[in-house]
Amino acid sequence: MSPAEEAQIKQSARNGWLLSLPAIVVLTIAASGPLLIILLYSFLEGGTHGNVVWSFSTEGWSSILWTKDIFTDSYVWADAHLAIFWRSVKLSLMTTLITFVVGFPTAWFIATRPPKARAFWLFLITIPFWTNLLIRTYAINEVIRVEGVLNLALMQLGIIAEPLRLIYTDTAIFIGMAYVYLPLMVLPLFAAIDRFDMRLLEASYDLYASRWHILRKVILPIVKPGIIAGSILVFVPSLGAYVTPRVLGGGKQMMIGNLIELQFGQGKNWPLGAALSLTLLLIVTVALLYYVRVANGEKKHG
Amino acid sequence: MAKSSFQVARLPGFSTVALLAFLALYVPILTLVVYSFNSETTMGNWGEFSWKWYERAWDNQAVKDATLRSLIIASFAAVFSTALATMAALGTTRRRSFKGQTFIYVMINQPLMVPEIVTAVALMILFGLIKTITGVHGLGYLILAHTAFCIPFAYLPIRARLEGMDLTLETAAADLYASPWATFRRVTLPILMPGVIAGLMLAFVVSLDDVVITEFVKSAGQDTLPTYMLGQMRRQLTPEINAISTGLLVITVVLLTAFFLLTRKKD
Repeated sequence: MSPAEEAQIKQSARNGWLLSLPAIVVLTIAASGPLLIILLYSFLEGGTHGNVVWSFSTEGWSSILWTKDIFTDSYVWADAHLAIFWRSVKLSLMTTLITFVVGFPTAWFIATRPPKARAFWLFLITIPFWTNLLIRTYAINEVIRVEGVLNLALMQLGIIAEPLRLIYTDTAIFIGMAYVYLPLMVLPLFAAIDRFDMRLLEASYDLYASRWHILRKVILPIVKPGIIAGSILVFVPSLGAYVTPRVLGGGKQMMIGNLIELQFGQGKNWPLGAALSLTLLLIVTVALLYYVRVANGEKKHG
Repeated sequence: MAKSSFQVARLPGFSTVALLAFLALYVPILTLVVYSFNSETTMGNWGEFSWKWYERAWDNQAVKDATLRSLIIASFAAVFSTALATMAALGTTRRRSFKGQTFIYVMINQPLMVPEIVTAVALMILFGLIKTITGVHGLGYLILAHTAFCIPFAYLPIRARLEGMDLTLETAAADLYASPWATFRRVTLPILMPGVIAGLMLAFVVSLDDVVITEFVKSAGQDTLPTYMLGQMRRQLTPEINAISTGLLVITVVLLTAFFLLTRKKD
């Protein structure tokens, strides 16, 4: 390589950095940097009226799992926190599973339409995707609440005599999350199926494979990156959900996001809130790293 | 050949599930829209078609203020984030991969990976400290926060446009003795424009829709339309919320349709 070429490459890299710098600065100030503040706050002592006192303490972290009994001065398991963690993980996994079971046929359906119709169906998926999450959650509320359309319809048809009390239950949160996150599953699945070579199906049929066999042994392994991408895209926001459980869980059926908010509001325990936030971030990071590993592994094979 | 592949691609029951999924996606939204025109307050009671709740929302000063605030924040955040994203996209495409490029990608996409509630709490603490120290309140904090999380959304279509661009055009311009700046203004930017406008619209919609970060960052009396609605849902539900939702829904659909038409031109 000539010195001139080398200089040019250096120049190009410098320009690349300079052009990206303003965006990096803003993101450091208002997105990544502030995460360090949470780390700091999680190791401080909580103030009696919220906020923090500037002295070191691990109370924020330990109180995720244990609470101090003020009468006996002994530590007991924080059952409420564990129940909320368990609910969050359980509902997020259920949401991921149901959106896959419904989303896979939907993505397959879109991908196998003729090109013009495909654009139309894709557009129909995109509209709910971009519609305000709060509005979609409220739309579900309109359907499932006690005097909502679902109960009205079922009572009109004589199927039930008393309205179903779905709202403010785990089931309500589950229905809501499945509804709001379904497009997040369909879009990456569609992208993967779209690249799928349909001639492989012809070949499989020629070799007398059954439909079930083809689905399991040919289609699913090939679109696996799309399945993983969709699952991550649904699981991550489900786990950190705040709006949906707040509107459909009515403040009683909390998820991690609501528990975090509580610590900065009425709970007045900022260090605990900070520690909970980092715990959530940690779980999400593990999920994302798993995704990167699997996605890179796929690239090497393919 | 194409026809036979559609036959092969048929899997039993898939179309039924898909059509039911579309139905499930649209029934709640349509319910919300239909009941925004109900003259009665409760759902079990259909009075007659009326614009009453739209009028009530229109006359509601809190709704007007929140709408104006939402539009101001979304406009600033969209313009700032698109400007930053355009520069970053120019910096990270069409050149030899350089040291630190992965770091730039991770930074730009970071808002998509960190749960919103975590960023919201972090910003609440940071901006709270700054507010106490400087005594400066105002919409600046919200605009800054929105700008940051809009960057990856603005970046996406611009980068896609740049990657699909014909490099020979710029070489041709340079061969004709155009200065680098003239080449950028007269060649690169016009070709890039649909991507920039698409980015601008996505950023605008994303900012307009934000609930969680705004809810935590805002000072008292700084409600945007979504946080105002969230507050109302805690109290009682009237079709006024349906009317406001339908309004927001219309804005989203119009912008999205424009976005689709704009990005389709490419092929």
